[in-house]
Amino acid sequence: MDHAHAMAGHAADPAHIDTSTGLDSRKMAFWTFIGSECLLFGSLIATYMAYKGSSLTGPYPHDTLVNGKLEHGILNIPLTSFSTFILLMSSVMMVLALNAVQKGDKSGSVLWLLMTALFGSVFLGCQVFEFTHFYHEGLTLQTNLFGSTFFVLTGFHGAHVTVGVIYLLTLAYLAHKGKVGPEKTLNVEIAGLYWHFVDVIWIVIFPLVYLIK
Amino acid sequence: MASTATVAAPRAAAAPHAETGLWSWITTVDHKRIGVMYGVTAFLYFLVGGIEAGLVRVQLFVPNNDFLSAESYNQLFSMHALTMIFLALMPLTAAFFNFLVPLQIGARDVAFPRLNALSFWVYFFGGLFLNVSWFLKAAPNSGWFAYAPLTIKTFSPGLNMDFYVLGLQVVGFSSIIASLNFIITIINMRAPGMRLMRMPIFTWLTLITSVLMVTALAVFTIAVTELMFDRLFGTNFFNTVSAGADPLLWQHLFWMFGHPEVYILILPIMGMVSEVLPTFSRKPLFGYNVMVFSGILIGWLGWGVWSHHMFATGMGPIADSFFALSTMLIAIPTGIKIFNWLGTMWGGNLRFTTAMLFSIAFIAMFTVGGISGVMHSAAPADLQQTDTYFVVAHIHYVFFGGTVLGLWSGLYYWYPKVFGRMLDEKMGKVHFWLTLIGMNMTFFPMHFLGMYGMPRRTFTYADNLGFTALNQLETVGMVVIVLATLIFAINLFTAWKRGEVAGNNPWGAATLEWSIPSPPPVYNFREIPVVHSRMPLWEGDPALSGGIPHGKVDETTERITLGGTKVGEVRDVTDENKMSAHDLGIHLPPPSYWPIVLAAGISVFFGSMIFRQVTGPAHNLWYLSFAGLVTIVFAVYAFAFEPGHSH
Ligand code: HEM
Ligand SMILES: [Cu+2]
Repeated sequence: MDHAHAMAGHAADPAHIDTSTGLDSRKMAFWTFIGSECLLFGSLIATYMAYKGSSLTGPYPHDTLVNGKLEHGILNIPLTSFSTFILLMSSVMMVLALNAVQKGDKSGSVLWLLMTALFGSVFLGCQVFEFTHFYHEGLTLQTNLFGSTFFVLTGFHGAHVTVGVIYLLTLAYLAHKGKVGPEKTLNVEIAGLYWHFVDVIWIVIFPLVYLIK
Repeated sequence: MASTATVAAPRAAAAPHAETGLWSWITTVDHKRIGVMYGVTAFLYFLVGGIEAGLVRVQLFVPNNDFLSAESYNQLFSMHALTMIFLALMPLTAAFFNFLVPLQIGARDVAFPRLNALSFWVYFFGGLFLNVSWFLKAAPNSGWFAYAPLTIKTFSPGLNMDFYVLGLQVVGFSSIIASLNFIITIINMRAPGMRLMRMPIFTWLTLITSVLMVTALAVFTIAVTELMFDRLFGTNFFNTVSAGADPLLWQHLFWMFGHPEVYILILPIMGMVSEVLPTFSRKPLFGYNVMVFSGILIGWLGWGVWSHHMFATGMGPIADSFFALSTMLIAIPTGIKIFNWLGTMWGGNLRFTTAMLFSIAFIAMFTVGGISGVMHSAAPADLQQTDTYFVVAHIHYVFFGGTVLGLWSGLYYWYPKVFGRMLDEKMGKVHFWLTLIGMNMTFFPMHFLGMYGMPRRTFTYADNLGFTALNQLETVGMVVIVLATLIFAINLFTAWKRGEVAGNNPWGAATLEWSIPSPPPVYNFREIPVVHSRMPLWEGDPALSGGIPHGKVDETTERITLGGTKVGEVRDVTDENKMSAHDLGIHLPPPSYWPIVLAAGISVFFGSMIFRQVTGPAHNLWYLSFAGLVTIVFAVYAFAFEPGHSH
């Protein structure tokens, strides 16, 4: 297991003292952080759900009958399905990146880290496109409850993806400099945890916002 | 299983650095110094919050008083609550976490020393930021609960609530990272042999509190962020006027944080009292396991009762019944704790030191507050009591009678460990009695005033309502508390200068922090101790009986007896050779100034959102936000890549 690598790396560090559980503190801290993030996203999602369908004015997310007249929904489900697929694929890239780092495959590490960041950026590009499109259609933060809850929830997620992309690019740069060898597996593993978490959250957001009417 | 930890091999010396002077404090990553900085800053805020309370009480001294305007009254009572909760009491408990937890579990430091410094500096700047509002005559003015929609721009124009939403995001962030640090420290940094069920009870309750903090404050952060978006960017989360928002959304989100928050403020105190009582009863804590599990249960139930703050909003009989019932359930683990404390003292060899007196008073006063809590939990009774002074009485019996008395108990108890000197017991006793009398004079009449119908958060009252005499009694009580606090402050200061020298273990206590010199050396433990029991200094621990391996064992020993039979003895250990960490080859993390830079960047970024409103559209100060953001990004990278900090 990769733990062996981590231990080997640590033994080289004279300051290292074993932890009580044998698990690395940074990894544990990251899991705790993710626990806290779940409540952050949970509160935003709860707000979205509480206000679902209660906007007094349009644009509406889905096709809606307003006084007997059909208002077309604004959400572009095919586009978002595509970007969701891209984001999921990026998680696969992340796994490949970690694998390359563990094997000490430098060019593979750089390649897959960059690919993960690239797929993340494509997702972000779709989001920017979606946001500007909505803006032109007259949906802003201020328009109605849907606009406020939608932009803040997906924007908050987008901000997390952005941080993730910067994080991955930094790692890719370090890998390129030869500073992300197998002994640094843990650094990449933590970045991976973050990235998978952001993906998983999107898997919750996507059906709730886009698929369920 | 973790191998026996040994002193690390000598390591290439880190660059020498100053150990005294202002700069050494600014850049410190030593958990003990950070604890002291938390303590001093929070105590000063306690005085500020006290002044605010004093002004409120002066205003209520006579009917129809015009000493304060209604507007400044609103700002004073709101800032009083915010200051006391977020800037004084929570950070005071954080001071104890910081100083004590690593010592109690036999660790050299917390898991992430620089993160620890960061959380202090973020708190420090966040507190300043909230108080800058006074200078713009725009302090938050809607209570600590900031009920939206009353706090959206439509109804609360001006900057007051902008300070609230921005300041509390900053302060909340500080608490989240601090608690993350403590969770990992407690789970992962324990000395060999320190199993979970051997941890000192204070450390246990710190762990439970920290879990509540990372979860509850996350919900609060989102509530406040949504309100911030409403106020600054025109979203509609709480816009009931034109967008159809739900007027209860804020209350749910707020109390989902607000109720666990009251346990965040009381659980650490329960931990402190559970350390003080056994020491001065010469008996182990009665029912340690039950104490741990009831603590976990309180933390768990604390999450399921938030809507008891919303009975008056008309949630309907099903919700009301559910929340009434779940609230009443909390009384069970709380009651268990009270019986355990009494059981600890029962038949003990009691020593009434000031610390002990405060702990005993805590039990009594906290029980009064708990009982009025149970009274509120019956929804029909609550409909009468809510928004009257009865609730104010309840809050203060739990916050002052609970949290504050417990904190003072902890301070008298651990002050010798922190500063190496004893607080004066005579002054301490005067402080104690005046505090006890003062708080009951101030807060007990509030029960009656509430029953007579005096509304909460009212800036004055008419003279024919029968409120006058009790209000005057309360204000006099407040003066007594002020007097007591002054004596306390003088004691804290003079003892630091010239108190009696404490020695390692002045109280003959049982836990690890008392095995090392007072104040502890920077490296805490010369050798990481191996722990074999829950009360290593009492139970004649074989590993420690040959002398604690980080100093010379004194000849003088004090016997510890339980019901007449000797169970162990207390020894004094002196670190004669006064060796530095470096001499001993112990690696400690070098100082760092990136925590304060990062904290400053965060404050500039949040501050810019206020000041761009002050200066108007002509200078929208975008460059200030930009400078803050650049500082944050730069500091994050510098923090991550700083040499000498492998972790
Ligand atoms: C653990 C220590 C406790 C603290 C620090 C505490 C603190 C508070 C505070 C600050 C409020 C007022 C909230 C506001 O500003 O509106 C409050 C109200 C309330 N507390 Fe507690 N409390 C504690 C324990 C309890 C217990 C043990 C119970 C019940 C078993 C309880 C039941 C209530 C209820 C039902 C209310 C709502 C009263 C109302 O607003 O009508 N509390 N508490
Ligand atoms: Cu409550």
